[in-house]
Amino acid sequence: MTARMIHDGLFRLNSDGSIVLLGSLCGECENRQFPAAETCSGCGSDDQKIIDLEDRGTIWLSTVVNNAPPGYIGAVPYGFGVVELAHGLRIITLIAPAQVIEYGTPVHLVAHPLGTDENDEAVITYAFSTEAS
Amino acid sequence: MSNPVAIAGVGLHPFGRFDRTVTQMGVTAVREALSAAGNPSFQAAFCATVYSGVAAGHKVLGALGLTGIPIVNIEAGCASGGAALMLATNAVRSGQHDTVLVFGIEKMPRGIIRSSFFEPWREQAGLAATPAYFALRATRLLRDSGITKEDLARVVVKNRAEGVNNEIAMYRTPTTVEDVLASRLVCEPLHLHMLCSPNEGAAAIVVQRADLAPRGSVKIAAAQLRSHLPGSVLGESTPLSGGPDENIPAASTIAALAAFEEAGCGPDDLDLVECQDTDAAREILAYEELGLCARGDSARLVRDGITARGGKLPVNLSGGLLSKGEPLGASALAQVVELNNQIAGRSGIRQIDNAQVGMAHTVGRGANAAVVIVTK
Repeated sequence: MTARMIHDGLFRLNSDGSIVLLGSLCGECENRQFPAAETCSGCGSDDQKIIDLEDRGTIWLSTVVNNAPPGYIGAVPYGFGVVELAHGLRIITLIAPAQVIEYGTPVHLVAHPLGTDENDEAVITYAFSTEAS
Repeated sequence: MSNPVAIAGVGLHPFGRFDRTVTQMGVTAVREALSAAGNPSFQAAFCATVYSGVAAGHKVLGALGLTGIPIVNIEAGCASGGAALMLATNAVRSGQHDTVLVFGIEKMPRGIIRSSFFEPWREQAGLAATPAYFALRATRLLRDSGITKEDLARVVVKNRAEGVNNEIAMYRTPTTVEDVLASRLVCEPLHLHMLCSPNEGAAAIVVQRADLAPRGSVKIAAAQLRSHLPGSVLGESTPLSGGPDENIPAASTIAALAAFEEAGCGPDDLDLVECQDTDAAREILAYEELGLCARGDSARLVRDGITARGGKLPVNLSGGLLSKGEPLGASALAQVVELNNQIAGRSGIRQIDNAQVGMAHTVGRGANAAVVIVTK
């Protein structure tokens, strides 16, 4: 697999092509955030531990983007929304398939082939999907 | 001892698309405002703009030979004009200056607003699509407050009806619920005509100690800017994660509470409101965030015509951004110009009766939220 990750530190790419989202857990206030950061956006502490986030969640909000926004390198239409993980962490994500999906629907994390960048390099990002893996 | 603060003069350049530079548009608005105020000398100027580049305010005042004073250029997203007005009001209220010029100018790029706020990878990944974030907030509003897509269309119909008679508006034709719902679907539940157009324009306000201002000048009772509290994934700071946010007040809420406290009044005292209708759901969400109704109770305001002309609390009598379009730096000040003219009885065929207390609200990227209260 030669695809590059859309951004360093967002997720870990396993040898089987699956991914694990990386967040951070604050040692001061137990706030979880994604992407992982050096400081806590809740309390400012730099006591941050990088943690693996759950690969399953439920749809909290969902819409479909029908026209490519500026700079976007993927295909349209695409699903977009918020997935709720354990501990109440809500994450902005691409969603497959590109449909409005009902609140509470179970979804799981997938490596999502996005498209190619300006150097013609294949790029993968994270997405949540309703489809069986 | 603080000085009462007045609006001594206002000026506007129409909102739309023009073959003029942002500097030229600023000159038009500034000249009009200074002339209306009796061409007073002023001791400072604040210029609100987001996309005009370095020292944009200096170019406008340079073209008029009005430099030498401090000129500060201010960026606070959609609330830039409110931020500038807050600084000017505080400078006059505190006695630092007698007269301060505030103006906002903008010539927006066409299409979806692109922002250096986002890192390039977020744009590449499709995680920086502004209308999609609007759509998620709208979806939550529909779910939590029982708002329907027809209600969203009703807000567009209400505001576009007001734009018909506002000579500075970009869109001056009325519309119908059917036509709004038949316009192209951008991001469910938002259709194209439910979204405002980024465009161009300018607005200017001369802020002056009330005892020096022309007789009958409208007073600035409050001008407050606030940013977001952390924690909500739907906040205008557009983070990629958040947590349960039911008890985290929105930036607009904390700005409104601060403004009510500064003005010594509450929502029941308001006679008219200009609020951020970047999209139709944003206006309804503002009703709840500004305390114009209880949380979850906004559908009533739309369906019963409470916020329409003739209702108990008309909102966006200017036609709103849905009619005028949104030149970021100028839009907040144009809202205050609308309130000023209504309260001063200078709104011509658009005039309402007994306008005494008005609120202007803007919110956007940052997050930044500004709330201004003006009184007779």
